[in-house]
Amino acid sequence: MPMIMANRYRILRRVVQISVLSLFFAGNAVGWKVLQGDLSSSLLFGVVPLADPFVLLQVFATGTMVAGQALLGGGIVLLFFAAVAGRSFCGWVCPVNIVTDLADTVSAAAGGENRALQMSRNARYWVLGLSLALSAWLGIAAFEWISPIGALHRGVIFGMGMGWTSVVAVFLFDVFVVRNGFCGHLCPLGAFYSLTGGWSAVRVLHSKDACTRCMRCVESCPEPVLPLVGKWNGAVTSGECTNCGRCIEVCPDRAMRFGLWKQVTERDPKEVAS
Amino acid sequence: MTDRREFLLGLAKGAGAAVVGGLVWVGYLDGKKASATVLRPPGAVEEERFLAACTKCGLCVAACPYQALVLARPGDGRPVGTPYFVMRERPCRMCREIPCTAICPTGALDTTLVSDGEAGKKALNINKARIGLAVIDRETCIAYWGIQCDACYRACPVIDKAITVDPARNDRTGKHAILGPVVHSDHCTGCGMCERACVTKKASIFVLPRRIAMGESSDRYIRGWEADDEKRIHDVPGDTTTMTPRSDKSPTDYLNREDL
Repeated sequence: MPMIMANRYRILRRVVQISVLSLFFAGNAVGWKVLQGDLSSSLLFGVVPLADPFVLLQVFATGTMVAGQALLGGGIVLLFFAAVAGRSFCGWVCPVNIVTDLADTVSAAAGGENRALQMSRNARYWVLGLSLALSAWLGIAAFEWISPIGALHRGVIFGMGMGWTSVVAVFLFDVFVVRNGFCGHLCPLGAFYSLTGGWSAVRVLHSKDACTRCMRCVESCPEPVLPLVGKWNGAVTSGECTNCGRCIEVCPDRAMRFGLWKQVTERDPKEVAS
Repeated sequence: MTDRREFLLGLAKGAGAAVVGGLVWVGYLDGKKASATVLRPPGAVEEERFLAACTKCGLCVAACPYQALVLARPGDGRPVGTPYFVMRERPCRMCREIPCTAICPTGALDTTLVSDGEAGKKALNINKARIGLAVIDRETCIAYWGIQCDACYRACPVIDKAITVDPARNDRTGKHAILGPVVHSDHCTGCGMCERACVTKKASIFVLPRRIAMGESSDRYIRGWEADDEKRIHDVPGDTTTMTPRSDKSPTDYLNREDL
């Protein structure tokens, strides 16, 4: 039971991620109408269109306008994550998260903090910019053609082919080259949702008063988004937080929890001062 | 001072890495983009625009009741994540409802290309699909050898329009007919039923994208014996002039200047 409590969000996230993939798989293989298509664009219950807003942004960069169905779908998804769920696509939906979480667990178990490279976390914003620039140059949605995310979800739903190579590459990159390398440093989709994720209603909240500064949350956080720990009461404000809840489940003091933005009581003292 | 220096240095590093990554990326994509012979679902817009607009969602593939459409996997040698047919295995059955085209959320498959009538009250018409064009290899087609076979003709959903059988005299025997199939591009939808039906080891009738299989006639020639063919060139500007560096000189100049 404590094992489960200490991993409750991780388990929940796996359930959500695998359910989404399974429903898409059944949508193609058996014809279930719950979710059809894949993570690029889809139909929910055969009626509600959903679309990846970053894919659409790349399509726009090629100079192509898409039909209203896709526009509506992209709007719905963008609004949901920007207003409600933050960057939680990365932690709760994206199947590559399963791979990179596994990579982190494996390398932590091997005691490996030494990776081959140091890399700036801002690299992903360069990749985001490149995705759009190359889309405009070549006339195709540039990231979608090389995306390991696409290779994995499309592989599960429609057949893997050689797509496993890029998925294994992501795993090995995270284990040997850069910690949290793909999701935290390179992925332009994560960068996109980081840019839109700073205003969402659902946040991780921290209570300084309960905190004993053991720093387990900071060690386990896949993004450096916890400057407030032990310093002030408030919400994690960075758009780069994936709402994965890892900090909450590792905290022995119940100093972290999910909550709504409006429940924030204090802000970054430095921010207030300036 | 050092702040600014560090900032600019960081920017230069980032830009340098981005250019390196970008060049590798472009090189990879440029090789992947070209896939000339891929056959798209009914109602697909022209290939270059299709590649830009398709979001690789696979809704068309899931919608196909005959599971004829395939979503290209990495390693299939076709633009990854895009739908295509392999006619010899699973040709298009030309559904009247055209579920693949109708479900496309982006307009990469456009129902107006497979519809009749005015805007507002369109009726789907699968016969307007132009997936490709069936092409016959007369050297391997046994009907052209003089052996009786009309498998492709019988399989054609637009029989007697898209494929007809033209009788010709068999000069070898002097007393038999050669009943050779002929494809007509103004009716062929490229559905591929003929390719699947063909009895030769490798199909002697096969579907190619129209831009590969067809030529384009010149504006400089008309069929004077056909009443309407002249209309084809009505909008072509009449006084076409070719300008070269020599065009500046008058034809008489060189005679007068004697620099022959």
